Amino acid sequence: MIKDITIGQYFPGKSPIHRMDPRVKIILTAVFIVMLFLSKSIWGLLVGAAFTLVTFFISRIPFKLMIKSLKPILPIIIFTGLLNLFFIKTGEEYFHWKIFRITDEGVNTAVFMAVRIICLIIGSSLLTYTTSPIDLTDAIERLLSPLKKIKVPVHELAMMMTIALRFIPTLIEETDKIMSAQKARGADMETGSLMKRAKALIPILVPLFVSSFRRAEELALAMECRCYHGGEGRTRMKQLHMSAVDGIAFVFTAFFLAGVIALNIIL
Amino acid sequence: MDSFLKAEGLWFSYINEIEEPPVKTEVLKGIDLDIKKGEFVAVLGHNGSGKSTLAKCFNAINLPEKGKAYVDGIDTSDESRLLDIRQKVGMVFQNPDNQIVATIVEEDCAFALENMGVEPAEIRRRVDEALKTVGMYDYREHAVHKLSGGQKQRVAIAGIIAMRPECILLDEPTAMLDPSGRREVMKTIKMLNRELGVTIVLITHYMEEAAQADRVVVIDSGEIMLDGEPKSIFTQVKTLRNLGLDVPQVTELCYELRQAGVDIPQDIITEEECAQALYKLLA
Amino acid sequence: MAVIKTENLTYIYGEGTPFEKRAVDDISLEINEGEMIGVIGHTGSGKSTLIQHFNGLLKPTSGSVYIDGERLWDDKARLRDIRFKVGLVFQYPEYQLFEESCYKDIAFGPKNMGLSDSEIDKRIKEAAAMVGLKSELLDKSPFELSGGQKRRVAIAGVMAMKPKVLILDEPASGLDPRGREQILGMLKEYYETTKSTVMIVSHSMEDIARYADRILVMNKGRLFCLDETEKVFARADELTAMGLSVPQITRVFSKLKEMGLAIDKEVYTTPYAVKLIMQRLGADQAKG
Repeated sequence: MIKDITIGQYFPGKSPIHRMDPRVKIILTAVFIVMLFLSKSIWGLLVGAAFTLVTFFISRIPFKLMIKSLKPILPIIIFTGLLNLFFIKTGEEYFHWKIFRITDEGVNTAVFMAVRIICLIIGSSLLTYTTSPIDLTDAIERLLSPLKKIKVPVHELAMMMTIALRFIPTLIEETDKIMSAQKARGADMETGSLMKRAKALIPILVPLFVSSFRRAEELALAMECRCYHGGEGRTRMKQLHMSAVDGIAFVFTAFFLAGVIALNIIL
Repeated sequence: MDSFLKAEGLWFSYINEIEEPPVKTEVLKGIDLDIKKGEFVAVLGHNGSGKSTLAKCFNAINLPEKGKAYVDGIDTSDESRLLDIRQKVGMVFQNPDNQIVATIVEEDCAFALENMGVEPAEIRRRVDEALKTVGMYDYREHAVHKLSGGQKQRVAIAGIIAMRPECILLDEPTAMLDPSGRREVMKTIKMLNRELGVTIVLITHYMEEAAQADRVVVIDSGEIMLDGEPKSIFTQVKTLRNLGLDVPQVTELCYELRQAGVDIPQDIITEEECAQALYKLLA
Repeated sequence: MAVIKTENLTYIYGEGTPFEKRAVDDISLEINEGEMIGVIGHTGSGKSTLIQHFNGLLKPTSGSVYIDGERLWDDKARLRDIRFKVGLVFQYPEYQLFEESCYKDIAFGPKNMGLSDSEIDKRIKEAAAMVGLKSELLDKSPFELSGGQKRRVAIAGVMAMKPKVLILDEPASGLDPRGREQILGMLKEYYETTKSTVMIVSHSMEDIARYADRILVMNKGRLFCLDETEKVFARADELTAMGLSVPQITRVFSKLKEMGLAIDKEVYTTPYAVKLIMQRLGADQAKG
């Protein structure tokens, strides 16, 4: 069901990760991604994985929720895994049948890639699970604010993102409703050729577009009524400031990053 | 009492420029209306009668084609006062989903104040106060899309009252709600009017809601047809029906009884009055 | 014969998750051919979930649903055919319109049924007439019409499938009093001409009281009752306690009872109240 998509959904909580400054979280997530891609060996990656696990543990995000966010990318993990497994032909051979040949390097790379992708997803999901979308866009807006000087519409982009995030659940619900309604009129979305199935989407997409435009129009009006006039002279209720938690997080991440780099040099 | 919202010979038309030649639809045709500070006015009229258009003239969303609209003495066509007008006159719409900007209750509530450039500490104070006023303070950190319709609508109202407006225009705020949501919203509206002295203009299709106002204005094809106390309006059963409107069930009952020659007062609009009158009649 | 029958129907949302909710709980009921049924219950009482079982949009967690004697979900291939017997009109149905003309939009359902073009054409014209849609509007885009007209088009789209049972979720919501009156009047006429079963879900007790033969009341996922209108309103106090609002006129008469007047009949519509009062006054005069 469409309802099961959870990426980008905030899970409220009071953990140290939740309390961190969202700007710091974004920067550290970027550092974390760099860390994953820097690690050349499985040992370096394990340091990255340890970092992921510790952060996950501290965030107190339910295990089930995380599994749910991994589900949609499972095919990608399996696909890259298989690709590596069968197409890397160097190294010691484990198994050979016709054109299929599995080597130790193939297995190593397959595991390596799978772990890397899983860590990547968990790490970035942690960012969105522990940070309310508004905090997130707010932080992006602030991190990018120097770009205003070169006429990048930072506030407008951030506002668009806020609104998009706000309306995702509403539109998902609406899609479900429209789908049920068309099914009740005998629409068949599950069988037939690809072409037929694509065509079957029209009765869902058209009403969805129409209603999105209507919503957009009403929302714009409501925003105007609430004195919205662009980013100029705007203040924010929530001020971002760094605290001890952020300092600790910096040190913590730096420590792991150093570990990865050190392993790269040693091995 | 001071006049707060005022329309003088107000005309407004929509122009459809897609058609060739452009088609002009006259929506408001010379409205004269004077709403006093602290009044609770219900506006009735069938769909397309021009009542929403009129409401939008009072916060400078629509500017008059002819005539004038004033808010607290400010001419709505004075562009330099636009934000003052919007701050003085808040507006709540029918669909609660399409007027909430932020994902989290308190962040949405802060939206208007942020636009006005209020200091962060002051925003916090006013947001908390507004949420307490509508009874949504306990939900301040909740996600908006998980609330019920009535709760969403109360959040929307809180977002408006955080601006400390002197007047709130509500455009069918209960049309999409279930009975309990409707009751929640009506309770909030009445409290704002009675306890905080906020001027209320309520556009509605529910006659029971209109019966709770101090004054009822009936609009039809862009003109004011009736204007007066609920009692004097709802007793004109025939006129209202011709205008495509309803009357409260109790009023309808008394009207039918009078038509059948029964001696019963005709200015009955509440259950209590009706029960009393019937008791006198039947006991 | 029962056209819809459920046996111990239970539906659980999000089974096994922390959000698990028993939306419909152990419901057994029978709805007969040619009945006008009103469905009431507050938001979250399970009434929407229940009606979505009647045409197989939802699969029961346990228990069964029979349509026209045939058990749903026994043979998945039959599901679509059985679904055509129960037409479901959702709340704000005008938001599902998608075709470039009203004609084509109404045709969507009949086309999915695999009917011949001439039969489809006939049905569209019948359905349009039934909902009071002028024939010159049929070639127009549904998006050019007024809100009330759009809703008629959407309802016609389901009527054109000629279902044995027509279920409508809040068919009059968001309309002005005249629009309400027209839609409900139109449904009554449809009911009388086609003699098919009609179920109307509504929050408005006044509307339900005027049109329904029997009322189905849902409360917290359970079937509170399915009974004749008069008998349901006799339990006005219980309905009020559930958070449902009984018609204003019913409240007035329960007040009169409290004040000590002997009223033995349940009053829930204005014409009936007028009749009752006139009778009493007549009797009094006769005595006097």
